Amino acid sequence: MIGAENPAQRESATGLVLPIIQLDSTTFSWAAGLEPLLDIESLEILTGEKLFIEGPSGSGKSTLLNLLAGVLVPQHGEVRILDRGMTTISSADRDRFRADHIGVIFQMFNLIPYLSIAENVTLPCRFSNRKLKNTMERSGGPLQEATRLLSALNLAHPEMLRRPVTDLSVGQQQRVAAARALIGAPDIVIADEPTSSLDAAHREAFIKLLFQECEQAGTTLVFVSHDGSLARFFDRSLALQTINRASKPLENMGVSAP
Amino acid sequence: MTAILTLALKSLFNRKATAGLTVVSIALAVTLLLGVERIRTEAQNSFTSTISGTDLIIGARSGPVQLLLYSVFRIGNASNNISWASYRELAALESIDWTIPISLGDSHRGYRVMGTTADYFDHFRYGTKQQLEFQNGKPFADLYDAVLGAEVARELGYSMGDPIVIAHGAGSVSFVEHDDKPFVVAGVLKPTGTPVDRTIHVSLEGIEAIHIDWQEGIPVQGRTVSAEQARKMDLTPKQITAFLVKLKSPMAIFGVQRMVNNYREEPLTAILPGVALQQLWEITGVAEKALMAVSTFVVVVGMLGMLTALLTSLNERRREMAILRSIGARPLHVFVLIIGEAMGITLLGIILGVIMLYGLLVAVQPVVLSMFGFYLAIGGSSAYETLLMGAIFLAGTLIGIVPGWRIYRYSLADGMTVRI
Repeated sequence: MIGAENPAQRESATGLVLPIIQLDSTTFSWAAGLEPLLDIESLEILTGEKLFIEGPSGSGKSTLLNLLAGVLVPQHGEVRILDRGMTTISSADRDRFRADHIGVIFQMFNLIPYLSIAENVTLPCRFSNRKLKNTMERSGGPLQEATRLLSALNLAHPEMLRRPVTDLSVGQQQRVAAARALIGAPDIVIADEPTSSLDAAHREAFIKLLFQECEQAGTTLVFVSHDGSLARFFDRSLALQTINRASKPLENMGVSAP
Repeated sequence: MTAILTLALKSLFNRKATAGLTVVSIALAVTLLLGVERIRTEAQNSFTSTISGTDLIIGARSGPVQLLLYSVFRIGNASNNISWASYRELAALESIDWTIPISLGDSHRGYRVMGTTADYFDHFRYGTKQQLEFQNGKPFADLYDAVLGAEVARELGYSMGDPIVIAHGAGSVSFVEHDDKPFVVAGVLKPTGTPVDRTIHVSLEGIEAIHIDWQEGIPVQGRTVSAEQARKMDLTPKQITAFLVKLKSPMAIFGVQRMVNNYREEPLTAILPGVALQQLWEITGVAEKALMAVSTFVVVVGMLGMLTALLTSLNERRREMAILRSIGARPLHVFVLIIGEAMGITLLGIILGVIMLYGLLVAVQPVVLSMFGFYLAIGGSSAYETLLMGAIFLAGTLIGIVPGWRIYRYSLADGMTVRI
């Protein structure tokens, strides 16, 4: 699944695939003294991996995603992304780090309503010089890269780029969101229930397109959903209730096998 | 930061209806505030330039404002007159350059008639030392010649050679008229924007002639003197109402003023026109300050309207903020996005307000000139107006801090979590 020519691939000298995200004895609560919302002993996500995390609501899903994106930092333990400890850098640096290395897709309402499709897709390049540079190298600029991504995601019509996003169907909106998450070849794409508003047929097609683009760019995909039936598409799947010792019904079940 | 400001503008444009209304309400407030300030300044300019180049005004003993009101503004009446002898004596003082005697008390269809000498047209100055100019004709030469102010000629439709019958007293309706001795229009002055426009000027001798067969304010029965007979009689005035004085040196002003105020022959008052104008302006200035206060409140209301619009938009925009956070925007960016919108709205409001102000000035300028004889100059913004605009912009920015701070707190708490 990981091509040797992948620029984003991280391998050790011995050829072993290195983890891109590491959580180590990580606990998070909104304030000191409050019961933790998330308590993960260990979690490693490998470079280039497509990981499925099954997480029903209440399992600490939002908290985990905010930790993985460097929006929140744990009270105890460490979150390491690309070998950077998120607890040791300032919040401004974390925001810059997220802008440069991470793309996010939400469940719904991904798009900024007052921007056109093209403006939505190219928006991350306005916040990250690294992403801007990557689009230059890959396609010659953000707009060209956006066009390429959208056509790869079957939203090819050139006149569509200038249309307001409010004209789009939900499925189209999710594909535009995917294009925005993928633009500028981020190291990690975090997808939070991106398919829950799609029907079964579109769901599978969407996941396939997402995989295709992630593989091409060597991007690591972390996909969270409450719908366990999607797990079969992924390299590996985890149940958040089992790794989160703070989650309510199930506790201390450890990491499920890949 | 430019990315965020572009976003702010696009977001504003997306909500054009609400944002547009907010901009318009701020623009109206700006127009009102600047308009009031403009009219206030222009009115004060026009007011204080009613008379210039005169060092002292001398009249019977009274308050300075009263003397100014009747001698310059033709409002109210003199409490007493000055005898011709006293006038001659004072006018002959060594330090005096020129004097202009004026005699008031009669009127024509609501406009005051002022008796004076031909010197008036040479020496009287208004505004920035401007001289009176003739639209038509020339100063009065004949005993029954009259020179009209621009407004009198325009409003009453008089032209050269028309007869004018002067009424006794200052009311607009008078039953006692000097109809046996009509005057003839010999000249019409150009508009000055001062009370001169509303005055009919005749010679002191003319005033004397129409009153020659009068006593105690009524015609003496059976002793009528015809207009032609009056020409042959001694028409030296017996008294005048006031006189304007120009001194050879301004150093002498206070000495002459003191001397006049202590004059033994009769009780007189000498005033410095500039000082009295200032005193009068301070009295009328209360209304103008109230107007200014009201317009300031209108600006405050406009600003609160903007605050309301921004605050109500915040909740629905929380998910927008989560999206921006997810692509790497910092909470500070989100803060700038909102405050940028407040600044954009305020700036657009100010620009639109200034455009509306100038549009309004162009539209009302001719109306104001014809109705109030008041020339509204359309110039650039004064330093004070620029300061006002700067203060409004600053206020808009400061008001933007309130929703900006709230969204900053939200985005810290929400992170990337989309809340609907």
